[in-house]
Amino acid sequence: MEGIVKRFAGVTALDGVHFELRAGEVHALVGENGAGKSTLIRIMTGAYRRDAGEMFLEGAPVSFASPAAAQAAGIIAVHQEIHLLVHRTVAENIWLAREPRRWGLVDWPRMFRDTASLLLDLGIDIDPRATLGTLRTAQRQMVAIARGVSLGAKVLVLDEPTSSLAEREVALLYGLIRRLKQQGTAVVYISHRFDELFTICDRVTVLRDGRHVATRPIAGLERLDLVCLMLGKSREALAAGATAFTEHAERPADETPLLRASALRRGRKLQGVSIQVKRGEVVGLAGLLGSGRTETARAIFGADPPEQGDITIKGQPFEPRSPSAAIAAHIAFVTEDRKAEGIIPDMSVRDNLTLAALPALTRLGIVDRARQRQLVDEYMRRFGIKAASADQKIRELSGGNQQKVLLARWLCTRPELLIVDEPTRGIDIGARREIQTLIDELAAAGLGVLMISSDLEELVEGSSRVIVLRDGRDVAELGREALSQDAIVHAMASGSATAPAEGAPPA
Amino acid sequence: MTAASRPVPAFARALPGGPTVGAVVALVVLIAVNAIFTPNFATASNAWNILWQVSSVVLVAVGMTLVIATAGIDLSVGSVMAIAGAVVATHIGLGTPVALLLALIAGGAVGLVNGTLIARGAIQPIVVTLATLIAGRGLAQVLSNDGQLVSVRDATLEVLGRGRLGPVPIPVIVAAVVVIVAMIVLRATPFGRYVLAAGGNPEAARLAGVPVRRTVITVYALCALLAALAGVLEAARLGASDAAKIGLNIELDAIAATVVGGTALTGGRATILGTVVGALVMQVIATSFNMLFIPYAWSLVLKAAIIVVAVYFQRPKLV
Repeated sequence: MEGIVKRFAGVTALDGVHFELRAGEVHALVGENGAGKSTLIRIMTGAYRRDAGEMFLEGAPVSFASPAAAQAAGIIAVHQEIHLLVHRTVAENIWLAREPRRWGLVDWPRMFRDTASLLLDLGIDIDPRATLGTLRTAQRQMVAIARGVSLGAKVLVLDEPTSSLAEREVALLYGLIRRLKQQGTAVVYISHRFDELFTICDRVTVLRDGRHVATRPIAGLERLDLVCLMLGKSREALAAGATAFTEHAERPADETPLLRASALRRGRKLQGVSIQVKRGEVVGLAGLLGSGRTETARAIFGADPPEQGDITIKGQPFEPRSPSAAIAAHIAFVTEDRKAEGIIPDMSVRDNLTLAALPALTRLGIVDRARQRQLVDEYMRRFGIKAASADQKIRELSGGNQQKVLLARWLCTRPELLIVDEPTRGIDIGARREIQTLIDELAAAGLGVLMISSDLEELVEGSSRVIVLRDGRDVAELGREALSQDAIVHAMASGSATAPAEGAPPA
Repeated sequence: MTAASRPVPAFARALPGGPTVGAVVALVVLIAVNAIFTPNFATASNAWNILWQVSSVVLVAVGMTLVIATAGIDLSVGSVMAIAGAVVATHIGLGTPVALLLALIAGGAVGLVNGTLIARGAIQPIVVTLATLIAGRGLAQVLSNDGQLVSVRDATLEVLGRGRLGPVPIPVIVAAVVVIVAMIVLRATPFGRYVLAAGGNPEAARLAGVPVRRTVITVYALCALLAALAGVLEAARLGASDAAKIGLNIELDAIAATVVGGTALTGGRATILGTVVGALVMQVIATSFNMLFIPYAWSLVLKAAIIVVAVYFQRPKLV
């Protein structure tokens, strides 16, 4: 792709970007939100038309009028949200609209046979007759990739492929990607996680503000250099460490903890979790996917009330019947899934930001516009929320800015306990650092923070203590001095901070 | 960079007040064309007449707009009108205020049933309100001695249904007040914001502390209450309760007015003013066809075409 330009209503989203992809390579595409990654991908896969520039596939100039045309040429995108039919079988999904036929009817035996051999080829262990809805996310993703391969993919675009996968599933995905590589398929790999880039990718292209910054081989590239390229800053300007947390001073022990939850149970996911959070503390909550981290947060917040267990807030018993009850007890919860559980897409930034604070803003049954505007202005300035105006619809904002609006939504309610679930997932580095700094400041100002994260670096650098969950139980607590990525991984795997758990084999 | 930006056609763009450009243009064109070609169209008396005729649809459509804003639908409004009409006609002996109150309570009760089954029972709105549409019509006929016409002679009702304040028919005033109050409620009260939040993303709204269930129940109760008010006005205008006819098919007119005005059936977006414009578009077509002696059936065809065009421009964006 040479000199690609794309403008939206006068705003230049891509300005002369070039991008080169070789057969059989895994090429990372990185950049902050707004750098132009998605736009470039959309042009590559035919979803957008370019305004200028040229595109070549195997040396021949190409121009795709639609995603279907790009697919026919062998360029296939597997999106973050996987577009498949959940009620149909794996085989039907793979051959959708291309079902093998016999005398005009669907040739079911052949379809299942072909699927089985395709999956075998790719080393994917999934039953072709399984209904898609019964599969885990990772397996669905593999089905989507298999569909791409069956379409004759020369270029496969993976957009944040690991964002909802557990560690073990990531390894499976890597295996699949390596196999595709051997077969000569080129993979464009978009991810915010550095570990992944350095593990699986051969080269990396960095975009910034719609421009091409650099294309480098991954081997020999230092992480810090990559961060510098993405942010457009010099090495010296960056403090050591990729996260923005400052070292936590050990805080004087408050007599009564802000939150004390003991032996929370709910169904199979929560089997006895106990947690304490004091004022001014950031308590990290670590664990693999399915270990009960989000379930713990939802139980405390009353989104899925616990079936057993006690919670006290500032020493007073608290029953989390509903989110409103939790809000009344000054608990705030920034959810993991911004799109499904956070934003109201069609509402403005203003309405989204003040949604939880409306009762406090209401005078005589009418929302006090002046106070609302004041609050919105204050938070937009303080958090550096980039929006055309407070009236802009939130769905038009970047992920990082949406996350800031959601954080602001909760701070408006003047919480004492802030629960954040994967606060920086899928967010570009710049906004990520801002959000981490903010969490730090909030704790310093006396809030208790419970931070769920899959990012070990974030946990180690951001937390005063880390509690590790495994299979719905808290299995280890790591204080400041014992805290390291190694220690967390060890606890997640073996079930204790130092020694293997009694009886249970490591996952 | 999230949603694919298909250019929004000028027609479907929203004006500051909420109604879509297309609906306003359609209304202006219809009025202009009729003013030129239809004899006696551009007269004050005809204008008041049109407003009078549209007032019951507007009352019902305002409630429908709130319901649709929560991504719901209420098919039972016509039956609720019939119930309210029957109650007021059969209980007028208790005194006008009592009869009016009972009619509104009876109507609102149907709404509470709708809302509770939808919000607490998690049954689809179209199924619940289809059931109350059928049951409600039956109930209204039972109330009025097995579907007989119950005539009602009452001075207050007569004023409500046929009276005028100066040149302005009373039902038009009632509808105007309801429209203004609904606009304020939707724009400026927490409840109004909650309606849009519950329709836009119910799970996110719940986690933000929005009382989603209570909001949904309230919306169906309000919709039914407004339908009951329309039913009372209709009975007052006719001087009788006709349980088989009052409010028949009005749910379709109300949904059409809402959609044509720019409220999305997918929820989360609503415009009361747009709904009023939508209702007026439909009424102007009906009235002018009538004045031009074009068969009524043709006005149905034109209405249908307008609905399809409106929905076409609002269809969900494809990525």
